[in-house]
Amino acid sequence: MTTLPIERAYLPSGEVDNTDERPGERAELVLGHETFHQVTETVCRVTEARRPPLVWTLGFLFSLMLTGMLGAMVTYLIVTGVGVWGLNNPVAWAFDITNFVFWVGIGHAGTLISAILFLFRQKWRTAINRFAEAMTIFAVICAGLFPGIHIGRVWMAYYLFPLPNQMEMWPQFRSPLLWDVFAVSTYFTVSLLFWYVGMIPDLATLRDRATGRIRQIAYGLFALGWRGSHRHWHRYERAYLLLAALSTPLVLSVHSVVSFDFAVSQLPGWHTTIFPPYFVAGAIFSGFAMVVTLAVPARQLFGLKDIITIRHLENMNKVILVTGCMVGYAYAMEFFIAWYSGSMYEQFAFINRAFGQYWWAYWIMVSCNVLTPQLFWFRRIRTSIWGMFILSLFVNVGMWFERFVIIVTSLANDFLPSSWDHFTPTWVDSLTMLGAFGLFFTLFLLFCRYLPMIAMAEVKAIMPAAHADGHGGGDGHGGGERARVDPNARDGGKP
Amino acid sequence: MSTLVTDPRPLSEGRPQERGRLYGLMAEFATPGELLRAADTVRKEGFRWWDCHSPFPVHGLDKAMGISPTILPVAVFGAAATGALVGFLLQAFTNSWSFTIWAIVWVTGYPYLISGKPLLSMPAFIPVMFELTILLAATSTVFLMLLFNGLPRLHHPLLKSDRFRRVTDDRFFLVIEARDPKFSRARTESLLRSLHPVAVEAVED
Repeated sequence: MTTLPIERAYLPSGEVDNTDERPGERAELVLGHETFHQVTETVCRVTEARRPPLVWTLGFLFSLMLTGMLGAMVTYLIVTGVGVWGLNNPVAWAFDITNFVFWVGIGHAGTLISAILFLFRQKWRTAINRFAEAMTIFAVICAGLFPGIHIGRVWMAYYLFPLPNQMEMWPQFRSPLLWDVFAVSTYFTVSLLFWYVGMIPDLATLRDRATGRIRQIAYGLFALGWRGSHRHWHRYERAYLLLAALSTPLVLSVHSVVSFDFAVSQLPGWHTTIFPPYFVAGAIFSGFAMVVTLAVPARQLFGLKDIITIRHLENMNKVILVTGCMVGYAYAMEFFIAWYSGSMYEQFAFINRAFGQYWWAYWIMVSCNVLTPQLFWFRRIRTSIWGMFILSLFVNVGMWFERFVIIVTSLANDFLPSSWDHFTPTWVDSLTMLGAFGLFFTLFLLFCRYLPMIAMAEVKAIMPAAHADGHGGGDGHGGGERARVDPNARDGGKP
Repeated sequence: MSTLVTDPRPLSEGRPQERGRLYGLMAEFATPGELLRAADTVRKEGFRWWDCHSPFPVHGLDKAMGISPTILPVAVFGAAATGALVGFLLQAFTNSWSFTIWAIVWVTGYPYLISGKPLLSMPAFIPVMFELTILLAATSTVFLMLLFNGLPRLHHPLLKSDRFRRVTDDRFFLVIEARDPKFSRARTESLLRSLHPVAVEAVED
């Protein structure tokens, strides 16, 4: 079969525009890489370069500094007590839980990409799933820090787990806070396993290419002796499918359980049945924004533009647009239900959100989460690198404020005006929040430099050359030589 | 291009310690399609101890090699059911019942009456049961997959071959092990050569 000449459109930035939908044709997901070896080279080059790019080094040092600051703030907190934060009597949760919910939410995009898009056979996920999953792990690490340190007596944190003790005390399993402990720790464990299992074949690639002794041993150990055996691949693919099937309900449950922390309480503004789906949509929204924030500079810096193409980014921007609209709907629905409920406390809570002492936080939230993402209706902006990068930053800011608004405004002005107060963050609050970003970026930059950032084995499997006729070219619909081949082979299974 | 790579030295030369036992014969292919056809032929020849190696799972190879479905999902279902049961018993024991059992140490349950809920309040126990179901199922998926695959292992005869290093990059290999009852150095070699490989190599143990 002859290969049709590829007509390519270009974006104003000079990048190949592969965002067109052509009916009956498969979109090109990997540009400029005809052979499997080229993919290996492009991806491995990042970890095999003698020196990382200068921007990496500078970014790493800066992030490391912020991480050091986080360490100092946490130490100061533990040594002194939670009084170093700006918490007061009605507002017993503020930056700590805001940061926790923010970071857990970020993680959701990674699992959505790796699990849900896998089950839906969205082949474009292969280019971005590895680092989106890495992002999940690091975000959950940042998230796990905050409940750990906000409990006051950190050395008693083991009380969270049902461990036999001399007082014969057990945790209270009817509390959503305890469900959260189980949900987040399960989420972290499963995400880590999923990420690692996906990485085994690629670690083997790095092992087989390694020249130095240290690299050979390090990658060799973590590759677990993988040798690409098809009898292994067979069970591996089944295991991967099972993990995706298990992670899908898990990811939906985690943020639902996080929302129970609020929804199960009696506080106006928290006691809302819409919370679980609203939190999950918000989590996916913020997570995709973070993936775009990370992917845009990473593809530029490490020369991955042909693998993480404009089409991938545009797809993510579409997800941001959809989930942004869902979040906007939830904001509106909360107001409607507050009015419809006839409860004066409920009505007050929402009017107070928009026009009370934290009105500015509310309007930052609405502008960044509902208004600016609407610009993604325009194709020009969806496919513009700077456009999407700036909008994704807005979403990150907006989603942080969403959690702040939900938590702080509801607590600061509850039932009795005599108990109202105002929360002002202290310098420790602010620096701890910044420090968490440092920890996140430190881990992420280390990952970019030392681990395979793209799922090579998966990308290779979606290339035209991977189709069993073996001729490559075109969209993989060629070849009459595959008579003995399973006719479903090209469409089934892991992408 | 088809080269036959064999050890140039006759068997008698070299000290015995230097010469390993033959592990098998390895044929290298450039494309997944060639591997697929080769696998089909080798299966029809009736070999048992053989395998294909590729940088990514080649679809259709399960059928071409005649691999029967793995029992992994069944085992994982068992683990999931165990997780749900453990989740229920853990919560019922620590929050609903008051007897003493031995679980590494002697522990006593506590009938926890709180928020006006019955002692055995199933709805409140569901989230943790669900999480433990997923946790046990997912961890056993990974560990059973590795166990069934005989991984991790620190070494394997194939990993000694320089040629085989490209299996994680862009080459496709078919290996017939010497322990196969139908294996014969000469006949198997000519069978592999007839499949149009890039090269055939003898791998020593």
